[in-house]
Amino acid sequence: MTDITKEAIVPSRSLLSQDAVQVFYRLLAALLICAVLAVLSDSFLSLGNILNVLRQASLTFFIASGLTLVVLTAGLDLSVGANVALSACIAGTVIHKTGSPALGILTGIACGGIVGLLNGVMVTALRIPSFIATYGMLWVLNGLTYWYMAGETLHGFPAGFRQIGSGYLFGLPIPVYLLLVFLGIGTLFAQRTIWGQEIYAIGANPVAARLSGIPVARRLLLVYAVSGTMAGLASIIFLSRLNSAEADIGESLTLPAIAAVLIGGTSLFGGVGTVFGTFIGALILTLVLNGMNLLSVSANWQPLVTGIIVILAVWLDMKTRRRAQ
Amino acid sequence: MSTAALAIEPVSPTPLLELRGISKEFPGVKALDDVSFAVFPGEVHMLLGENGAGKSSLMKVLCGAYRADAGEFYYKGEKVAISSTADAQKLGIAVIFQEFSLVPHLDIAQNIFLGREPKGRIPCTIDRRRILADARRVLGTIGFDIDPSTIVDKLGVAQQQMVEIAKAISQNARILVMDEPTAALSDRETELLFALIARLKADGVSIVYISHRMAEVFALGDRITVLRDGRRIDGVRPEDVTPDQLVRMMVGRNVDMTYPRNFADKPGELLLEVRGLTASTGISDINIEVRRGEIVGLCGLVGSGRSEVARAIFGADPVTSGEIVFDGKSISGEPDLAARRGIALIPESRKSEGLALLRSVSDNLVVSALRKLFPSGLFDQRSAQRTSDGLIRQLRIATPSARQTVGLLSGGNQQKVVIGKWLAAGSKLFIFDEPTRGIDVGAKSEIFALIDRLVAEGAAALMISSEQVEICHVCDRAYVMREGRIAGHLTRNELTEENIVRLGMHHA
Repeated sequence: MTDITKEAIVPSRSLLSQDAVQVFYRLLAALLICAVLAVLSDSFLSLGNILNVLRQASLTFFIASGLTLVVLTAGLDLSVGANVALSACIAGTVIHKTGSPALGILTGIACGGIVGLLNGVMVTALRIPSFIATYGMLWVLNGLTYWYMAGETLHGFPAGFRQIGSGYLFGLPIPVYLLLVFLGIGTLFAQRTIWGQEIYAIGANPVAARLSGIPVARRLLLVYAVSGTMAGLASIIFLSRLNSAEADIGESLTLPAIAAVLIGGTSLFGGVGTVFGTFIGALILTLVLNGMNLLSVSANWQPLVTGIIVILAVWLDMKTRRRAQ
Repeated sequence: MSTAALAIEPVSPTPLLELRGISKEFPGVKALDDVSFAVFPGEVHMLLGENGAGKSSLMKVLCGAYRADAGEFYYKGEKVAISSTADAQKLGIAVIFQEFSLVPHLDIAQNIFLGREPKGRIPCTIDRRRILADARRVLGTIGFDIDPSTIVDKLGVAQQQMVEIAKAISQNARILVMDEPTAALSDRETELLFALIARLKADGVSIVYISHRMAEVFALGDRITVLRDGRRIDGVRPEDVTPDQLVRMMVGRNVDMTYPRNFADKPGELLLEVRGLTASTGISDINIEVRRGEIVGLCGLVGSGRSEVARAIFGADPVTSGEIVFDGKSISGEPDLAARRGIALIPESRKSEGLALLRSVSDNLVVSALRKLFPSGLFDQRSAQRTSDGLIRQLRIATPSARQTVGLLSGGNQQKVVIGKWLAAGSKLFIFDEPTRGIDVGAKSEIFALIDRLVAEGAAALMISSEQVEICHVCDRAYVMREGRIAGHLTRNELTEENIVRLGMHHA
């Protein structure tokens, strides 16, 4: 690349930041899907169904929100699903053994956080690429969980505990409140704290970030720990909602979470994306699957459709971004 | 400038290869300007010049990696075209780069015959016996006694270089271009290489030899061509010149430099003191002092360890021994600690090391000052924007707004953003690594005026530059590096281009 000698004033981008534009288009897409489904299916617009969609989306979002931060640093956390399974099983055991849901919740979240921290150590101190470190962690966690559970299923938890996943407050499912809380915290953290700014800077150019005086290793450690902690939190909600824990509950969680992040506009190359985008991503994913259910499309088609949406979303993003640069 | 190809009479009447009036332009830079150059059979032709004089460009034109914009090539007196590496190879031109192009996990024989392996009887196989025999024969001709089935990875630098040469010879190379071939060799290995060069010469192979070591130039060279600013300055025989005369030919580039500089009459207190600094990146026993109000130059050839010194001071590379005292305190640790103490590094490559290109001007300007601007930890976009707007005005950064993507700015303005982020952070010591590379003259003056203003306000600057003129115009004094060490120190009065080049060159 060479420099333009005379100052070339390139037209500024529009008043809205590119992130805002991206989120706007995604909201539009979500609304469009809603409109189509409302026309095609009578039951779509029913209160019960909408609350169901939100609750479903919230489960994906909890895992995907922490993952978004990791992806913003140009990393990936493939161990989130396995982490949910282990954390849920440990939390379930603690509740059964001690009878204290509070203690169970704390151990579950702590377990998730510790796993995340270990991922962070592998990525920073051992310099293993995150993709490989967390892929290895996925197997390690699966192994631990299967050995620990030995084919057993934990079943039956106190009614109070089950409220977290399946209860209502003022007519809204409790997970939806949690969703709003963590959407707020996540957005605040990413956009309104200096750590969030540093995470974007690291994702955009890790070398420049380090040479700008950002403690890159410490921030990465934080990001993986947060991702693990969110997986731990998600495990509690799963446990409470399913009222049971098995070793294999995490297996179908990781890929949808990654899909939500990607559909939400966060770039795998780092530095671009928002937590709110991920929420919309989770919403779009859930809406489409919900619509297919309502329209009695066979569940066999769901992975195919998810894949197409991911590819389409990323392709459109790259196209708009290329035009902007 | 002289357009005559030869200022001196050749050994044999027709050159093996002759280049006439070669020009090569890159946007903004004339890398080669009407350069003529001839190689005769069996001679060692030394190519001399400062950083950026055009040696590499000429080499790349010669081997077909660059296509010349103008000029003609003659091979044994006949006009030819070199427009691709394949053309060059057909003419028997081979280049031994400083970075070898060997495949580390293959053995010597496979590397020598890569892409031209003798085929076995079974289709798609290699005749292993023949490739080894052929390799042994080629290695024999250059007098390199080694088992050709040795994996290249296990070889030392000198041996890998031998394999490169063997590979070139096996392709019937008649002109061997060597780029600082002794840079990474020990004395003993250098002797072996010289012996090989003598042997190749005797076989009629011509060698174009790029070197920064005076001793080599005089020991090996049959003829010397000096380049400066992309032009051929002169062609001489070693017996007709002295090292000093060569140095004078190399320096003296004309750069339009009009920026005022108020030299420090009495420098302020000691801000940075580096004692016996050694790092695994190849620098050793570095001793440097920088005072407030001073601009101190750090010069020397590319690869002499200047950037490594800057990185070690900033904590970007681990230090193995020695001490860095900053503002009275001994310091160590990662760049985040150095930055927090008040050290700023404006790195050599602003695009890959200085900026997050896809982020906005504002994001880049405040990134090093986040802790200072937002002590509570809560980031406020509007406040960041205000700080950025102030810096944009102060530094006269040409951008439509603070929200513009920084990758869309021109080089000079990008550089101002990199400097601006450290202004925002309130740094006390600014380490500039080639601050004016790839920047137009106007922006250069502005950047120097800015550095001048910074030190006048009590900051200090350590400036690395390959442009000796810049160092002489701007710096209060300078250190010159050679092979990872400080070769000398020049005071304001001693600071001339010739002194810098003399100290930076290898005389041993």
